[in-house]
Amino acid sequence: MIETEALVHAYGGRRALDGVTFDVKPQEIFGLLGPNGGGKTTLFRILSTLMRPTGGRARVVGHDTVAEAAAVRRGIGVVFQSPSLDRKLTAFENLYYQAQIHGFTFKETRERAREMLARVGLSDRAGDVVERLSGGMRRRVELAKGMLHRPRLLLLDEPSTGLDPGGRRDLWTYLSAIRDADGVTSLVTTHLMEEAEKCDRVAILDRGKVVALGTPAELVAQVGGDVLTLDTRDPEPLAKEIGQRLGLAAKAIEGRVRIEQASGHELIPRLVQAFPGRIDAVRLGRPTLEDVFIRKTGHRFWSEGEGGALGR
Amino acid sequence: MSARAAYALLERELLRFFRQPNRIVGAIGQPVIFWVLLGAAFRGSFKAPGVEETYGQFFLPGVAVMIALFTAIFSTISVIEDRREGFLQGVLVAPVGRSSLVLGKILGGTVLAVLQATLFLLLAPTVGIGLSATALLGAVGVLGLIAFGLTGLGFSIAWRMDSTQGFHAIMSVFLLPLWLLSGAVFPASGAHPALAFVLRLNPLSYGVAALRHALGMGGAAPGLYACLAVSLLFALAMFALAMKLAARPAKGDLQ
Repeated sequence: MIETEALVHAYGGRRALDGVTFDVKPQEIFGLLGPNGGGKTTLFRILSTLMRPTGGRARVVGHDTVAEAAAVRRGIGVVFQSPSLDRKLTAFENLYYQAQIHGFTFKETRERAREMLARVGLSDRAGDVVERLSGGMRRRVELAKGMLHRPRLLLLDEPSTGLDPGGRRDLWTYLSAIRDADGVTSLVTTHLMEEAEKCDRVAILDRGKVVALGTPAELVAQVGGDVLTLDTRDPEPLAKEIGQRLGLAAKAIEGRVRIEQASGHELIPRLVQAFPGRIDAVRLGRPTLEDVFIRKTGHRFWSEGEGGALGR
Repeated sequence: MSARAAYALLERELLRFFRQPNRIVGAIGQPVIFWVLLGAAFRGSFKAPGVEETYGQFFLPGVAVMIALFTAIFSTISVIEDRREGFLQGVLVAPVGRSSLVLGKILGGTVLAVLQATLFLLLAPTVGIGLSATALLGAVGVLGLIAFGLTGLGFSIAWRMDSTQGFHAIMSVFLLPLWLLSGAVFPASGAHPALAFVLRLNPLSYGVAALRHALGMGGAAPGLYACLAVSLLFALAMFALAMKLAARPAKGDLQ
């Protein structure tokens, strides 16, 4: 469905993509996970034919993105991160004109627009001007717009931006539904770990390179062991003391202490006894994609200054 | 080029326009105020060699062209808004050539401009200019030609801009003078030779003169066919320019 070969894209001297090679198989939901500035959006633009790579090549739905851009566009649906709706038009009119632009007959156009609004559950709001719809509803119209011409491949750039938890759940239900019922392949870029974990396969993109590729389970298995997370008021000193007194590799990350360790359950009573009153809660879990990211790149997912909003 | 896509974009332009009534006021209101005020102001003093009309009569075709210009400007400003609001990127990833986008946008602006300028021309009898059906039809045709050229010009200016403020600056120093120096406001016959020369170089002068011919106002020079030929060439050249600019990916195509 997608094949890329050593894709390179340089803005001036900076390489946003530095030799990216991966395949997306038919009928899978493929996640491109990476921090902001990691190259996701550049890759997304190349795959959606909006930008030419400065090196390497990409084939999407069987066609070259540069030489056969028109054929690629016929086969893909694109949902942008930034809105692409005309806010002065109604939800129906937005879909109506998009279908016209895709060359459907007037009759087909009306049918498609109605059908797609029904699929995203907005039939009763069809006549509302987009300006008056909520953020979540607008995203649903965007999704309907991307799926209007029944593409085989859907490209979604950070699709859950601006969605509430319910909206996110609906989005993933929808992507799974069109994969199973219509055989639609989806490529989703995201910077959210929990979202990437829902994908069939994930490529982790960091500093323009694919640092890991596989199913979430495969990637997590590469880390191995358990992960203990400790809630505490003083993560930095606690992590240090755990290292000194118990000889464990503990790290303070995002306001918590993390320890990667095989048989983590045996460690819990020792920790709680060694630091009475200083640990508020202990969580024992399997490693996450975040652990994979840290392992593969040697740095945290959020680079300096980016994680502030998350209360690190 | 997809005619259906171009038509869809044209229809959208019209729909957007009628949904924002203040745009109608903006495009017609100011020119009409100019016309009424200046017509009253120069009522007794307007005099130029070879011009028999009152200022209200003389200025009428010029105001119609000003309305066409303002409408063209407002329609092409929407290119910048489409880009900024992200609508454009949805069109750019659709499997249609950018030529459809250009044609739809320019035709949309043209239709709106002709519509409003024609509405204004219906006021002609109030200053004693009779309007026959043929005169009106001819005027609509000429206005179409003028508006197509002006919208093409506006599109070419707007395509690479990322802010509407930038467009307003160009409007003040380039587009308005283009109109001022087109024989719309004062006749070449009474002007300083240098100005008269500029008027002769300005392609819009021929559009204004063609409109005078169509409305049966005597004394307009050059001849009708020369005026139509220049206006047609200008319209085609502006369309070609818009196509050429839009064909190349612009930095702002992406958000």
